Amino acid sequence: MPMRNRRWTEWALSAPSVFWLTIFFVIPTLLVVAISFHSASPDGGIGKEWTLQTWRHLSNPNYPAIVWRTLWISAATTAGCVVLALPCAFAIARMQKKWRAVMAGLIMLPFWTSFVVRVFAWRLLLHPEGFLKHLLLSLNLAEPDSQLLYNSGAILLVSIYSFLPFAIMPIYAAAEKFDFSLLEAARDLGAKSFLAFRKIFIPGIRRGVISATLMVFIPSVGSYVIPDLVGGKNSELIGNKIYQRTFPDRNLPHASALSAIMAIGVLLPLGAVALFLKRQDRNEALRIAESNGVKQRGGAV
Amino acid sequence: MKRNPFPLIVLFLVLGFLYLPIIVLTANSFNLSRFGGTWEGFTLNWYQQLIQDNQVWVAFVNSLLIAAGATLASCVLGTTAALALHKWNTRLQNVHYGLIYTPLVVPEILMGISLLLTFTAIGMDCGLHTIFLAHTTFCVSYVTMTVLSRLQDFDDSLIEAARDLGANAWVSFLKVQLPLLLPGIISGGLLAFTLSIDDFVITFFVAGPGSSTLPLMIYSMIKHSPKLPVINCLSTVMLLLTFVLVLASRAFQNIKQQKTPQRG
Repeated sequence: MPMRNRRWTEWALSAPSVFWLTIFFVIPTLLVVAISFHSASPDGGIGKEWTLQTWRHLSNPNYPAIVWRTLWISAATTAGCVVLALPCAFAIARMQKKWRAVMAGLIMLPFWTSFVVRVFAWRLLLHPEGFLKHLLLSLNLAEPDSQLLYNSGAILLVSIYSFLPFAIMPIYAAAEKFDFSLLEAARDLGAKSFLAFRKIFIPGIRRGVISATLMVFIPSVGSYVIPDLVGGKNSELIGNKIYQRTFPDRNLPHASALSAIMAIGVLLPLGAVALFLKRQDRNEALRIAESNGVKQRGGAV
Repeated sequence: MKRNPFPLIVLFLVLGFLYLPIIVLTANSFNLSRFGGTWEGFTLNWYQQLIQDNQVWVAFVNSLLIAAGATLASCVLGTTAALALHKWNTRLQNVHYGLIYTPLVVPEILMGISLLLTFTAIGMDCGLHTIFLAHTTFCVSYVTMTVLSRLQDFDDSLIEAARDLGANAWVSFLKVQLPLLLPGIISGGLLAFTLSIDDFVITFFVAGPGSSTLPLMIYSMIKHSPKLPVINCLSTVMLLLTFVLVLASRAFQNIKQQKTPQRG
């Protein structure tokens, strides 16, 4: 095919998705930043003039507390997910090929289901009249009036539940390629199994752990449904504030500024990893994306 | 050498943890007890109430319309995107890949608010059409990734063979590549359908009056109505629907793998 023709075909095939995503993803994202520098109009729309008022308003001491809470809950969720994911990924990677596929499928399956349904299921479990409360009472592990719902602990538990597969899949993808004879060698040399796990296995799958950390941290920062349905008045996160400013208060510039802050919290770690992955080949990035089931609906996250 | 059983134990506990809420939810949709703390007997009452709820049917039809539209649109956009990404390795494709990849990792709430702002800024009223636009946007990336991974197993020599036998680029694409790629596209389409049916956050931001979907319905029932057991039923139905769609998607992926001749 002549060179010009090829170039034309490439553009023709790329144009639909490039244009669509530019119009409905790139421009809207830039618009968020732009609108945060506008005033709010009284009818709930966006004012014409440019202003720094919104950003000044965000120095109000309420906000740092919410940002801080969002960050620590996200960090704790990430730590919890990675700690649980490591042994799981290790166990799956050591299975026979047939079982590995079954296990990976079983782990991903719940996570294609509706996010709101899964969070609702937890609300039901943690309900004062619910299954878990009854179970804990009969085991004498809870007081009749102890509250399982509407606190930071509930947010943490449900977040770990929701994002765990994002941690297991990339670590498993790395563990699958890990040379397990290295562990046997370490044990032949006298290392206890946990020491070998810590000193040989974890460094060997470092890349999977980095990917898992990001894949859990990012949707946690963006969490809205979880704190809204299982969190309480004193456990609001940035996501709740964005919702409040968008709907009950109808102050879009304010919501934009908060979203811009959230975007920074997400883009900084993401940019770091993009640089990291640039050195890997593209297939690798693709594989990681796939193994994440690339799902956020968590994002629902 | 004796293996430490600890990782396997953790794995089974984690699987229990992942499925416990789903199992309890499903069981409770058949439970006479309102809050499901204890089992008080089997009933289909709640399902009967669910079927008789007109609003649920409206939401169901909305969900299907949006999912069907978003699936079709994202299959077209995703397949062309995957073909371009697979065939060329140019600067344009690097940018293209970034455009496809980034929406996968951006929190949904950011996508929701940014689309809402865009629609507000251009004065577009929210409704089924804005939900369709939003869903297509996030589905494109999933379809592209699924088709792209199928393309990587694709035997390019089949195209060369077709061209050698006199087919032009268009015919060899239609008669050779597309049919072989079709299971991959269907697989991606089924995932897009699932994601669209299940999406809550983005839909929540770009929905307008009268454009409720099933997840929005569940959410507003959780928030405003005391009909707890009916929510169980609706949730159970959605879980079942998702499982069927995801398993079908997997089945299509496997068809492709068996039919493609293995290279080297």
